[in-house]
Amino acid sequence: MLLIPCPWCGKRAQTEFTYRGDATVERPDLADSDTQWYDYVYTRDNPRGEHIEWWHHTGGCRKWFKVCRNTWTHEVISSEPPVRD
Amino acid sequence: MGAFRNSSGGTLDRTKRIRFRFDGKQYSGFQGDTLASALLANDVRVVGRSFKYHRPRGVFGMGVEEPSAMVRLRTGARAEPNIRVTEVELFDGLEAHSQHCWPSVNFDLGAIANVMSPLLPAGFYYKTFMWPATKWMFYEHFIRKAAGLGSSATEPDPDNYSRSYEFCDVLIVGAGPAGLSAALSAASSGAKVMLLDETPDGGGRLRFDDEVINDEPADKWLNETFRELSKMPNFDIRFRTTAFGYYDQNMVSALERVSDHLPEPEPGQVRQRVLQIRAKQVVLASGAIERSIPFGYNDKPGVMLASAVRGYALKYAVACGRRAVVFTNNDSAYATVAALHAVGAQTVAVVDSRTQSPGKRALEQLGDVKLIQGSVVMNTKGLRSVQAVEIGQIAGEGDSPKKSHTIRCDLVCVSGGWTPTVHLFSHAQGKLKFDDSIGAFVPGADIPALHVAGSSNGEFSLAACLRQGSDAGIESAKQAGYEMTASVSIPTAPEESVGDMVPIWSVPRMGSRAKRFVDIQNDVTIDDIELAHTEGFVSIEHLKRYTTLGMGTDQGRTSNINGLANLARLRETEVPEVGHTTFRPPYTPVSLGALAGVDFGEHLSPVRRSPLHQWHERNHAHLQNSGVWKRPAYYPRTGENVQDAILRETRHVREKVGITDVSSLGKIDVQGRDAAEFLERIYINRWKSLQIGRCRYGVMLREDGFVFDDGTSTRLSENEFYMTTTTANAGPVLEHMELYAQTVWPDLHVHLTSISDQWAGMALAGPFSRNVLSSVIGEQASNNENLPYMGVIKARIADVSVLVFRVSFSGELGYEIHMPSRQAELVWETILAAGQEWEIAPYGLEAMTILRIEKGHVVTAELDGRTTAADLGFGRMMKPDGDYVGRRLAERSALTANGRKQLVGIRSIDSSPIPRGAQIIAEPSVGKPAQTVGQVTSACFSPHLNREIGLALIKDGRLIHGKTMYAASPLTGREVPVEVVHPIFIDPEGERVRG
Repeated sequence: MLLIPCPWCGKRAQTEFTYRGDATVERPDLADSDTQWYDYVYTRDNPRGEHIEWWHHTGGCRKWFKVCRNTWTHEVISSEPPVRD
Repeated sequence: MGAFRNSSGGTLDRTKRIRFRFDGKQYSGFQGDTLASALLANDVRVVGRSFKYHRPRGVFGMGVEEPSAMVRLRTGARAEPNIRVTEVELFDGLEAHSQHCWPSVNFDLGAIANVMSPLLPAGFYYKTFMWPATKWMFYEHFIRKAAGLGSSATEPDPDNYSRSYEFCDVLIVGAGPAGLSAALSAASSGAKVMLLDETPDGGGRLRFDDEVINDEPADKWLNETFRELSKMPNFDIRFRTTAFGYYDQNMVSALERVSDHLPEPEPGQVRQRVLQIRAKQVVLASGAIERSIPFGYNDKPGVMLASAVRGYALKYAVACGRRAVVFTNNDSAYATVAALHAVGAQTVAVVDSRTQSPGKRALEQLGDVKLIQGSVVMNTKGLRSVQAVEIGQIAGEGDSPKKSHTIRCDLVCVSGGWTPTVHLFSHAQGKLKFDDSIGAFVPGADIPALHVAGSSNGEFSLAACLRQGSDAGIESAKQAGYEMTASVSIPTAPEESVGDMVPIWSVPRMGSRAKRFVDIQNDVTIDDIELAHTEGFVSIEHLKRYTTLGMGTDQGRTSNINGLANLARLRETEVPEVGHTTFRPPYTPVSLGALAGVDFGEHLSPVRRSPLHQWHERNHAHLQNSGVWKRPAYYPRTGENVQDAILRETRHVREKVGITDVSSLGKIDVQGRDAAEFLERIYINRWKSLQIGRCRYGVMLREDGFVFDDGTSTRLSENEFYMTTTTANAGPVLEHMELYAQTVWPDLHVHLTSISDQWAGMALAGPFSRNVLSSVIGEQASNNENLPYMGVIKARIADVSVLVFRVSFSGELGYEIHMPSRQAELVWETILAAGQEWEIAPYGLEAMTILRIEKGHVVTAELDGRTTAADLGFGRMMKPDGDYVGRRLAERSALTANGRKQLVGIRSIDSSPIPRGAQIIAEPSVGKPAQTVGQVTSACFSPHLNREIGLALIKDGRLIHGKTMYAASPLTGREVPVEVVHPIFIDPEGERVRG
């Protein structure tokens, strides 16, 4: 079980969190092309190595944040809030 | 035959005699015995039968490495198969049964497989039962019966299990010399140290080797060390605890056998506990396991590991035989001579495959026993156990041995060298390297926060184990952030000069057909490996799967290296080239009960109860599971059957007035100056235009354009909304909104709080609902002006502040009344009391379902994740302007094209019930495959219409109202003709709800 570093609460067990994939994709504007929207909703890379991903502290502070994790070694490298202050 | 217990010696409590039964026969042992030592003391040689050939097998090892002596332990519901007798602590009344034999372990009909064995080579089943392919299912039944080991209990497990989460600075696995030395050092720094050992008393090799530490007998050091450690408040030791898996970020899972050494758990005691230990630093001091040497019939009872023979002598005063031959390729086995002598047994010869002399200490231990150098044991003789061995001499390196003579003996103590236990290091993704000097894999590269010490690191001298342990203890404490304040005194042991181990991976065969076993649990021989190699299975992973080498419950602890090395010999390469199979958790079998812990039965998932739950129970509601909720299905009256009760409640709402509990709805408080803007982007419809004190039905999509959830939301003030969701999506909707609020539109000022638990809700519905409401809140809601349809007011009932929403799920004039959960029952009872005059009655989920189907309201059955807003008839709610979640993908052509399934009502034409989950077909199928054009999503008998109705999703359904279709249920063999109609069966103009 991984320890996930919540930027607000500190390291907590993985069971407190919900995972939601790639955090680098950005929601397109309404006027953007169908392809951009299709990619945003469906297309994801599956890298071996570092991956920036969304985690939600569901059983804690209920904040979404970005975690940089190595999908190969499971090393959790860093985490940060969705928006830098 | 001749294992026996010496009249003195050992660490047993001889004042406590313990009776036990093996295969129905009564035996006795002493407190402190294992089942293995007690069976040996009683000279029980044959304990089980082997997996494939049903050959007789006895005790081979002394602990976790035991490959063959396994039994079914206990009886009835507590019976457990495949238990190693070497790990069972004897208790009074213990019952064990041999397994995998019939009718008995000494006369096993399955042993015919042994006679037939030339016909049963590796891959026999694959090759023989391949054709015809269709018959495999037939063969499989018999093959499965013949294979396998013990059988498990069929009754429910009567015991309790638990899980505990532990945290420490330094976790040490193994309480042998290295582990204890590490514990002494680490604990002296003040670090929180936890030490695990799989045995009841730890000590590791000190339990089978007579050693000296700090110039005194090692026993003394052991006792003093345990005493010293147990006085330290920062030290925690768990015996009978096996670390079985090493997971990410230094999490080690361990199984603590809390009461397996007792006849049964004490009242309130768990049987086993899984520990999830999060450690800053881990020290692996898990020791090494002796391995065998493949020689002819090396599997017979009477062939044992040399270290095990020493252990039974030293700890249990048991001589495993009267006349022993030691067969070794290294110095460690020489100690067996002295150990056997001490318990009154004789060693007749030490057969050493090496040509060079052993070290000084080994020669001392040999004494005047005959040493036969440059020779091997080629073969054992004896029907059911060893009676003699044939010795062969090796003339020069690489030569085949020549049979020289035969020695009568009843015990062969074998040592093929030692294999470090590196499983946990491998679980941690550690790379292993092959160490030629010990002929085994050792940890190859450093892993952060993980230290390996002692013989698990390939270091077999006691002095070095103590040193490495201490170093690892100091280093791990430092890395965990502790300063070593005092200097640590490292325990010392004499430095010995030890002769090199010279590998002998198999004894070459001389003419005889003798089987040379590599894996004695799975009956894998040198011949099998040779055959596999000949047939092209030259990868170690293929070899494993083809021959089953190392696949049993012992995972080849005494045999894996021999297998690899023999494959390397055949491939004319080195062991590192061949590599090793992957070690995966668990290290030893873990019972499913322990893994499940308390998470089974009703504790598998949480149960949620409404604040009105106790009232429902007191009033004899029939409760049903709805997701995690317990909800009242109906409230039967005396003499009523289920159907009567449901139909009565349904009619009562249509004709008079009913009340139902809707507390399970999700409720979210949405606040902030951008709350309306935020809802505008979450829902498909408009919210900024909603007036204060009004509510609106809303539909939300997922970003892929399909409907996610629905519910009503109310504007309580300019910047505050009271949102409701479906019961099932209460959690997911909040998470979804949090994602958008925090990551996609962080510029919006909006705050989301779940108030599902804090607020309860009830729906009051029926023609007299306004009368009932007015009787409790007065004139506030007396007409369409002061509380119009979709209006909301704040009121007081029984002095409780409530919100009254004029909404209706049933299609009748109705209200939802929400209030803080604690006051829910008071409000509920107040309304019931006031409603007496109008014969108010509670109604349950069943009636609510019928009412909503009659009204064409959709629930999860229709919002199945594949329907669009337009499919469900909500197309006109979609804002033509502005961005909202799911808008773009809802507009893609496939989601807006003709031919999609649309929501319709269906009516049974011949008045037979519409099968649930039925498919819709256009023509009667008359027994032939038919193309489906839709499916039934909900169905019920409508008391109001007095006919069978339902909702369905049918291709272009809105265009075919009036047409006849067929609801086909191949599972039940029923096919019901239905008429496609508008989904709203009752009051389509909404006069009742607005009345």
